Amino acid sequence: MMNMTDIKHHLTDDILMSYSTGTLPEGFNLVVATHISMCDDCRAAAGSFDAVGGTMLANQDAVTVSDGALKATLKLIGEMPKDPIKTTRTGKSGIFPTPLQDYVGGDKDDVQWRGLGMGMKQAVLNTSKEASVRLLHIPAGAAMPNHSHKGTEMTLVLQGAYRDEEDRFGRGDIEFADEDLHHTPVAEDGEDCICLVVTDAPLKFSSLIPRIAQPFLRI
Amino acid sequence: MGTIYAEESGAIGPRVSYAAYAGRSTRVIGSGQVSVNEMLEQGPWIAQMERIQIAQDQSAFAELFQHFAPRVKAFLMKSGANDTLAEEIAQEVMATLWHKAHMFDPSRASVATWIFTIARNRKIDAFRKQRRPEPEDLTWGPEAEPDQEDVLALQQETDKLAQAMSELPQKQRELVERAYFGDLSHSEIAEETGLPLGTIKSRIRLALERLRHTMK
Repeated sequence: MMNMTDIKHHLTDDILMSYSTGTLPEGFNLVVATHISMCDDCRAAAGSFDAVGGTMLANQDAVTVSDGALKATLKLIGEMPKDPIKTTRTGKSGIFPTPLQDYVGGDKDDVQWRGLGMGMKQAVLNTSKEASVRLLHIPAGAAMPNHSHKGTEMTLVLQGAYRDEEDRFGRGDIEFADEDLHHTPVAEDGEDCICLVVTDAPLKFSSLIPRIAQPFLRI
Repeated sequence: MGTIYAEESGAIGPRVSYAAYAGRSTRVIGSGQVSVNEMLEQGPWIAQMERIQIAQDQSAFAELFQHFAPRVKAFLMKSGANDTLAEEIAQEVMATLWHKAHMFDPSRASVATWIFTIARNRKIDAFRKQRRPEPEDLTWGPEAEPDQEDVLALQQETDKLAQAMSELPQKQRELVERAYFGDLSHSEIAEETGLPLGTIKSRIRLALERLRHTMK
């Protein structure tokens, strides 16, 4: 849906590996899935981490399954609802990739925004409590107050762009922030900026995400 | 049931040797030997997937089940499920394989990798009662015929990866395996193995660097 060369700030390998092993909280998974939907690079990298899991599965020593297991599974197949063939963009056309549309129940015009003052709006999305994820709407040209972070925060730009002390972040870009980063994001002129932001509950993050930020299989 | 289905003749094309090949695959990888002929095959279990896709072939499903259900169950037990729960989820994973067979694309993932992703998602659902957001499907989707060159290239990469993993020092391999199957963070692995966290991180990092180096 967009040229991957437009994206300059990607997911880290430790996040991608945790997405593959399934140890990330739901809110982080949502941001990762949304970014991968826009980024061929990270999609390929995530595929590499899945391949490691597949190789391990293939090399598992088999354990015994019950005698009637196959028969029971065939019966289960008959009872299960047939998997609907997914179309590529299930939701409406718009700026949100499908995984995000699934949580919003539509695109940006369907978001239940709540005003934060100064023209800023946010909408908290419903995910598991280990992390909290929200959409942020910042008017073009507006600055957010300088802030630091409790725990770790991951921001994905969906529309417009912002700049802070670190760099410029446009559609598809990811910015990581932790306790050390105090920044003042300013939305660029021209278009309102919409971001998807996930924050872990304080102190939880370090135990949930292995810090092995090393390049891996990302050739 | 193994003997019955091992005699099933290849329904599609010249790949009549798939049953023998598939049965060998784990030992081949384990002993670190992959023959040239096997590298040139389109990959294990793809023929069975095609038979399900094209003809809803239950005997092809039975072959896949016989091989993968015990391994999926082992994976779930390593993640902490007891025998009963692991068996139940393994059956659900295999039933999902049947229903999603039309989505399988051998140019994007090996059969084992694809089953791993189904098992992982089912595990998150069952253990943590959470949804697992998945990326948007690519536009060229499941209907497009996979390019045989891509299928072959992916299979060669998969073989290389298996080879590289079999050559990892055992301690490194075990830790990567814990990260994938144990459903444990690194600090939890530290608690369980008694190894200092720094050691675990550096060992996994070393393992990943080695894998990457071998893949080049």
